[in-house]
Amino acid sequence: MMKRPETYLDWNATAPLRPEAAAAVAAALQHCGNPSSVHRWGRAGRRIVEDAREAVAALVGAAAPEVVFTSGGTEANNIALRGSGRARILVSAVEHASVLEAAPEAEAIPVDGNGIVRLDALDALLAADPRPALVSVMLANNETGVIEPAGRIAELAHRHGALFHCDAVQAAGKVPLDCRALGVDLLTLSAHKLGGPSGIGALVAAPDCGLEPLIRGGGQERGRRAGSENLPGIAGFGAVARAAAELAVWDRVRALRDGLEAALLAIAPDAVAFAAAAPRLPNTAAIAMPGRPAETQVIALDLDGVMVSAGAACSSGKVRPSHVLEAMGAGPDLARSTIRVSLGWSTTKAEIARFLESWTALYRRPRNLEGMRAA
Amino acid sequence: MTSDTLSRTNTAPVYLDNQSTTRLDPRVLAAILPYFTEEFGNPHSESHAYGRTAAEAVEQARREVAALIGADPREITFTSGATEANNLALKGAAHFARAHPQDPPRDHIVTLATEHKCVLESCRRLEEEGFRVTILPVEPDGLISLAALDAALTPTTLLCSVMAAHNEIGVIQPLAGIGALCHERGVLFHTDAAQAFGKIPLDVAAMKIDLLSISGHKIYGPKGIGALYVRRRPRVRLAPLFDGGGQERGLRAGTLPAPLCVGLGRAAALAAAEMDGEAVRLRRLRDRLYHSLARRIPGLRLNGNAERRLPSNLNLAFPGLPAPDLIAACPSLAVSTGSACTSAAVEPSYVLRALGLPDALANASIRIGLGRFTDGAEIDFAADALAAAYYAAARNAGSPYIEAVGSGIAEGAE
Repeated sequence: MMKRPETYLDWNATAPLRPEAAAAVAAALQHCGNPSSVHRWGRAGRRIVEDAREAVAALVGAAAPEVVFTSGGTEANNIALRGSGRARILVSAVEHASVLEAAPEAEAIPVDGNGIVRLDALDALLAADPRPALVSVMLANNETGVIEPAGRIAELAHRHGALFHCDAVQAAGKVPLDCRALGVDLLTLSAHKLGGPSGIGALVAAPDCGLEPLIRGGGQERGRRAGSENLPGIAGFGAVARAAAELAVWDRVRALRDGLEAALLAIAPDAVAFAAAAPRLPNTAAIAMPGRPAETQVIALDLDGVMVSAGAACSSGKVRPSHVLEAMGAGPDLARSTIRVSLGWSTTKAEIARFLESWTALYRRPRNLEGMRAA
Repeated sequence: MTSDTLSRTNTAPVYLDNQSTTRLDPRVLAAILPYFTEEFGNPHSESHAYGRTAAEAVEQARREVAALIGADPREITFTSGATEANNLALKGAAHFARAHPQDPPRDHIVTLATEHKCVLESCRRLEEEGFRVTILPVEPDGLISLAALDAALTPTTLLCSVMAAHNEIGVIQPLAGIGALCHERGVLFHTDAAQAFGKIPLDVAAMKIDLLSISGHKIYGPKGIGALYVRRRPRVRLAPLFDGGGQERGLRAGTLPAPLCVGLGRAAALAAAEMDGEAVRLRRLRDRLYHSLARRIPGLRLNGNAERRLPSNLNLAFPGLPAPDLIAACPSLAVSTGSACTSAAVEPSYVLRALGLPDALANASIRIGLGRFTDGAEIDFAADALAAAYYAAARNAGSPYIEAVGSGIAEGAE
């Protein structure tokens, strides 16, 4: 089926379509009918949409009517941050660009050396100003995989009367996720990060969040998001949500990732595996090769058929050091020499071996360590 | 009932709702599928081969979309659909103007009473934010009055939004005339071309269009993708609807769905190649359907201008019979009472009301949209099915109108 001559280890940028999602997308692409039409073809489309809504809700422990389909995680984050109407917005320093840029005036919640939100600081920030607030902290970081204590953040937020928004784009389908148990009011999802199609995501909104819509029009999604439904996207999202509910596969991936980091550190004592001791997603590694710019590493690995990234894909063209690593206290030189390696449910031992081989060859080439000493 | 009618009862209904959405062209499907499977890269992952392959495919699609309206590829911003494109055009222009006021500040928007809900709702929202909105009436045939538009434009008018071809009544507005007026007055001209793109020739230079909204699923492309044309010379500046990640030159954040972009591009390329012949074929079929019905149903009324109209569209008032009754009596056809977004609603179409139709007629109107996969046999079947359903439903309902003309009809229907 899938041609994979190369080693793809950039699953946090986008994941290949899972077979279950591919089948659902292909079937829905051939279904003609606008789900809002009342005739037979429209009603069949509506059933596809509502079945998918159930599946997505089930994946995250929400009720189906709480799921609002959007064009992706970025749009969902923007609806949550721009539409809450809250006077104050507090976001962690390690959020995705779509959160940071949707709320440029937001106050930053400091993080510790692993990138984990400092709860005492959040408590103090919330206590200092009584205006209604929205707290936005991601469930798992896209660059390091570090998992935030969402349940405790929700508890703190609610104690101060604040809403809690959680960007779960990277975490969903990789770790157990229960909106109700965690106390999440607003949750962002993206299908293509879990092996669904791109161009579809969701905002899961608890009742009475009172969100202001970003896109207005024909009243679709109960007036919360207008536009003809993206039927194949929604069908694929539903299928992948069902497939992703099975989390046992990640134990194997975690072992591969941990093995990869251990092997690197054995080969290269000066390499750094970020947040290795923190609670993390099973698939993500952020690894610094001191003295070698991340861009150089990524290009060299690419020439060797190994695909990784220097950070978030949206900004991967830029040379700016990662704001995530900076917030964690990594110096700019170390941050600039860090790549992200992200695995998926079908990643093989052989692929990890290919990466190690390629990375080691690069590591053994002469490097410029001057900058590191100066830093 | 003919044997052909009977044979249809156990098969899929004839699809005549192509203004609502269209079937994906198999050639578009074939172009899309590889990008869902083998070529799955994130087009923003510039550092590796999978990402670059996806990025190249997206740029090819951008060129294909641009070519169909005489634009530069850099003027095409992909969106999740025409609704988002319309929201981005209106709110984006308004919010940018508010943040960077001219002298005098331009805070006035002009649009038509018959625009799509997403344009009217965006305008209503902007009104709440303090912008002034003028909603112009239309002529009884659905066309804009250029004189009324001329009178409505003021030195503070920022933008004029007029749909290129109408989603319910199919009328095509005089785009070049509107563009010339707007241009003369320094007003931005936005057109919602969701129904027109790929169906009729559009030229952003000749028509002096500044912003143009595009939909994929109305032209046999995929759902979930659309685009906004944004003029570069002189540059039209918009505030984004949402931020983060900097994609689409900062105008529209979010990972681009490469397969859907490819699908829109392929659909645009096919439309470009086949538009002229297809328009002739559809017009012939459409007229055949209309004349066949008009011959059998005295008093049948065509809503909207008969000439300046999409070759694929009919909007017909069936005298004396509520449209939902007609549709219910005709399960072998997929047609609608109007826009899909609101077709579950029971109140009459605001569009038909804006043409001055009394409620009884507006309530008796259905929209028929032919498409690329409609053939002559389906048209003849549809004519028979609609005429038969009309008389059957009217008899059941005991429509006084139909009883009054009954004898004459029997002859016409023979």
